[in-house]
Amino acid sequence: MSSQAGPVNTPAATGELPRVRDVQTRRNAELALLGFAMALVAAYSATIQLTMFDTITGNFWVPAAVLSVLFLGLHLVVRYAAPYADPALIPAVALLNGIGVGFLRRLDLAEAPAAERLNYPIFAGTGGRQLAWTLISVVLAAVVLMIVKDHRAISRYAYTLGLGGIVLVLIPALLPRSLSEINGAKLWIKFGSFSIQPGEFAKLALLAFFAYYLVRKREVLSLASRRVLGVDFPRGRDLGPVLAVWAVSLLVLIFEKDLGTSLLYFGMFVVTLYIATERVSWLIIGLLLFFGGAYSAYLLGASVGGPFANFYDRAQIWLDPFSDPYLRGYQLVQSLLGLGSGGLFGAGPGGGQPTKIPEVHNDFIFAGLGEEIGLFGLSALLIIYLLIVQRGLRAGLAVRDSFGKLLAGGLAFTLALQVFVIVGGISRLIPLTGQTTPFLSAGGSSLMANWMLIAVVLRVSDAARRPVDASVSARPSGSSASAPAQLHGAPTEVIKP
Amino acid sequence: MNAPLRRVGVVVLVLFALLFVNLNWVQAYKADEYRNSDYNGRVQIAEYERERGVIEAGRTALASSKPTDGELKYIREYPAGEAYAHVVGYNPVNLAATGIEKSEDEFLAGTSDALVADRISDLWTGEKTPGGSVLLSLSKRAQETAFKEMSNNRVGVDKGAAVALDPRTGAVQALVSMPSFDPNPLADHDTDAAEAAYDKLESDPGKPLINRALSETYPPGSTFKVIDAAAALESGYTQQTQIPAGSVYRAPTSGTDIRNAAASICPESQVSLKEALTESCNTGFAKLAVALGADKIKEEARKFGFGQTDLTCGRLNGEGLPVAPSETGDIKNPDGGDDPAALAQSGIGQNNVRMTPMQGALIAAAVANDGKQMRPYLVQKLLGPDRTTSHYTATPKELNGAVVSGQVARDLQEMMVSVVENGTGRNAQINNVVVGGKTGTAQSSADREDHGWFIGFAIKDGKPVSAVAVFLQEAGSGGSAEAARIGGQIMRAVVTDAGGS
Repeated sequence: MSSQAGPVNTPAATGELPRVRDVQTRRNAELALLGFAMALVAAYSATIQLTMFDTITGNFWVPAAVLSVLFLGLHLVVRYAAPYADPALIPAVALLNGIGVGFLRRLDLAEAPAAERLNYPIFAGTGGRQLAWTLISVVLAAVVLMIVKDHRAISRYAYTLGLGGIVLVLIPALLPRSLSEINGAKLWIKFGSFSIQPGEFAKLALLAFFAYYLVRKREVLSLASRRVLGVDFPRGRDLGPVLAVWAVSLLVLIFEKDLGTSLLYFGMFVVTLYIATERVSWLIIGLLLFFGGAYSAYLLGASVGGPFANFYDRAQIWLDPFSDPYLRGYQLVQSLLGLGSGGLFGAGPGGGQPTKIPEVHNDFIFAGLGEEIGLFGLSALLIIYLLIVQRGLRAGLAVRDSFGKLLAGGLAFTLALQVFVIVGGISRLIPLTGQTTPFLSAGGSSLMANWMLIAVVLRVSDAARRPVDASVSARPSGSSASAPAQLHGAPTEVIKP
Repeated sequence: MNAPLRRVGVVVLVLFALLFVNLNWVQAYKADEYRNSDYNGRVQIAEYERERGVIEAGRTALASSKPTDGELKYIREYPAGEAYAHVVGYNPVNLAATGIEKSEDEFLAGTSDALVADRISDLWTGEKTPGGSVLLSLSKRAQETAFKEMSNNRVGVDKGAAVALDPRTGAVQALVSMPSFDPNPLADHDTDAAEAAYDKLESDPGKPLINRALSETYPPGSTFKVIDAAAALESGYTQQTQIPAGSVYRAPTSGTDIRNAAASICPESQVSLKEALTESCNTGFAKLAVALGADKIKEEARKFGFGQTDLTCGRLNGEGLPVAPSETGDIKNPDGGDDPAALAQSGIGQNNVRMTPMQGALIAAAVANDGKQMRPYLVQKLLGPDRTTSHYTATPKELNGAVVSGQVARDLQEMMVSVVENGTGRNAQINNVVVGGKTGTAQSSADREDHGWFIGFAIKDGKPVSAVAVFLQEAGSGGSAEAARIGGQIMRAVVTDAGGS
C-alpha cells in the first residue's frame, strides 16, 4: 500500500495527454491479502483436525506453510516480472487452491485407517499430491510470467497454438476407450496410473488463437451484415468459422461424451466473437446453434442411441436423478443429498461425510465442500470465483490493445463458464458433465492449466495498469524486431455501422 | 470492445446468480427433504453417535442398540428376531428403514421435537443422551403364540398373516406375517453384507419382506358374509328372517353356477339368516346380496372400513405403518348398469372384493365392540431417555364412528357365536370364553389352492377382549378350519396374558 514505485507521469515526459493519476503497483496489498488467505487455509486445517480428532496436532500448519512459501515465491516473481499486475488475483486463487489442498487432505484422513490418521504424512495421498501439483503449477505460472514479457507476443504463435489446441482436443476422441475414458467421458490420455486431460490446456491455446483470428477478422465480421427484425445478422459466408467451431464442439459432445467440454469451447468462441464484433446476433446464433445441437443430440440419443446414448443418459439423470438412485443417478443423488445435508451452515470442516459422494476428489468436490461449509461457505467460494473473473474482465477493459482485451476477457469468461458448468452440474441446474472445479479439484492438468491462465491474465492486467512510459521502458529490448506487429498494438477502434 | 466486455461481466453475474439461487434451492429449500431422504446414509451415521432408543413390548426389548468399537458407535440388535420383524421393522445403515423403526425414527433417534430439552442439556454435559423408547401395544404371549402357530400350521402353508386387536381400544395385540425374516443381518454395519442380505430376502420367492397383514389384499371369501348379514339386519331383516337358499344358484342374465361347499349345506329352499351364516350358505348369501343390491353392499363394506386409503397403524395421530385399502370393486356392468352375476359373486367375497387381514380383524372388532370400531394402533407409549417422562400415551379413538347400531352388532355377535358353537368355526372355541367368528374359503385363481380365512372375537365376562383375523394363503382344503384353530389359540393367549392389554 505504501509502495510508490510507480513513476508519476508528466505530459512532457510522455508526450501524451496529461495523466495525473498516481499509479501504484499495489504489491504490498497483494502480500497482505496473501497472508490473510494463508491464515484462512491454516485455520481451515485446524478446524478439520479439531472436528475429526478432538485435538489439534502440532503439524496442522504445515500444508498452509508450504503453500505460503510457494505463493510468496510467485509474489516475488510478480514483483519483478509484472509489478503492476492486479493484486487481488493471486490471493484469491491461492485461497481456493489452499482450501482444495486442505479438503483433499481431509478426504485422505477419512479414507485412512483410524490408527494412521493422527500421524498422516503431509505429502501422502491426494492432498499431498495436490500440494506437489501446486508446486509445479506455481512454478509454471512464474515461468509464463518471466518468458512472456508482453502478452501481444502470444499472438505471433497464434496459428501454432490453434493447431496445437485442436490436436489436444481431438487426441482423446481418437484414442481407444481404454486409453482415454474415465467415468464415461473420453477426455483423457492415460499412461498407466498417470493421466492427463489435454482439454484443459487446449482451452488456453484455442482462446489465444480465437483472440488473434477475431482481431484480424472483426471488421468484416462486424460490418458486413443484414438487418433482420432489428438485429444485424452476419453474411452467410462469414458464418463459416463459427459453424466449424460449432461442428467441432458437437463432435466433442458426441465422441468425448461430454456436454461440459463442448459447451465450454463453444461458449468461449461465441463470447470472444461477441466481444470482438459487438454484434448481439452472434450470441443469438451461438445459443440457437448450441441448444439446437444439444437438443438434437438428446433426441437422437433417445431414438438412435449409439454415440448419442451417453448424452441422452445424462440428460435423463438430470431430469430425474431419483428414478435410479443407486445406479445411474447415484452420483448426482449423493451430491444433492450431501449439499442438502450441509444446509445453510454445513456440518463444519471435517464434520460431514463427503466420502459418500463418488468422485468427490474431482468433479464433485464442490458438493463435498458444500456439505461441510454449507450454503454460506459455498457462496463465499462463488464470490471468490466471481472476484477472479471480474478482475480478469477488468484487465480486459483497461488494457489498450484489442488482442489483450479479447485474451483477458475470453480467459475470464472461460473460467466463469467452467465454474458454472461444473457447479451447475453437481447442483442439478444443468446436466452433469465431467469438468474439474478450477483450483479446487484434485489433478495436475486442471491446476497447471488454470494457473497458466491466471499467469496470462496477470500479464494482461500488468500491461493494463502499467503507466505508458514504464511499459515502454519495460519492453524487453525495445528493438523494432521484437515489437509486436502494428495490428495487435493498435488501440481499440470503435466501429459503428 | 469495452461495451461488450462489460456486458459479458453482466452475463457472468447472471450465471453466478443462477448458481446461487439454485444452491439456495438445494441447500435451504430442499435441505430437509434431502437430509431425511431414504437414500441419504449421512444422517444415519450421525445418528449412530447417539444410542438409539429401545422398542419394547411387555417389558421385552424387541430392538436395542449395543456399543461397538467401530466408526458407527452403536449397532442395532433385534433380540426377538423373526417373531416381531414385520412390526418392529429394521433400521439399516444404508438401506431404507421399515416398520416402527421407520415411523418412530425421530423419537428413537432422539432428534424429535419432543426430545429437544434432552438435546439442550447435552450441550452442557457434552454427553449424547440416548433416544427415547417406544412401548408397543403388542401382547407378548399373543404375538409369540401367533408366530408359533402360524409357523407350525397344520396345513403346511408358508404364507399368511394374523392380526389381533383389542376391540374396545384398537390396540394391536398381535401382528404376524409369514414368511418372516431375521432383521439382524440387515442392520449389519458392513453395508455390503447388509445389502447382500437384503437382496437375498428381496429375491426370495416367498417375499418375506412384504407385510401381508397390512399391505396386501386378498379375496375375503365367506368372511365377507358378515358384511352381507350386517346390511340385511340394517335393512329390516332379523336373525330368523327366512332367506332363499338352495343347492345351486345362477344369477340372472349370466354368470356361473354358485354352489355350496358341501351338498349338505342349505339344500332347502329357505333358511334363516342365522342358519345361513352358521353353515356358510353360499347360495343364500349370493341371493341375499342380489336382493339387497350393489349399493347397499358397497355402502355396508365402506362403513366397516373398505376403501379407506389413508389408514395407518402406529401412533393414533396418523404416523405409522400404512394399511392398504380394502376394496369391493364397482360391482357394475362396464356400461354402469347392474351386474347381478358380479354382485352374487361379490356377496360371497369373490369377484373383485379384496381385503387386508387387518381389515378382517377390524370387522370382527367392530361387531364385538357393539358396533363401535376403534382405530388400530401399535404404539402404546413413548418414554423419554430417562424412562419416566412420558411423551405420548395412546388415547383410543373411534375409526369410523358407530359402524352399525348396538342392536345390529349384538345380532351379528349371536350369529357369529353360533358359527363357532355349531357351524364352521368350531376349532376356535375357548373354555369359559364366548367366541364368535366366521370362516372363509376364497378362490385365489383357477390353478391355485384356495385361501383359508377366519375372523372372530372373544368375549369374557361380557366384555370383548380380542378380535382376530387369520389368513392362510393358498392353504387348500382345511385351510379355514386351521385358520379358526389358530385364531382361537391367539385369543386364548390374549385372555391368559394378564399384562397384555
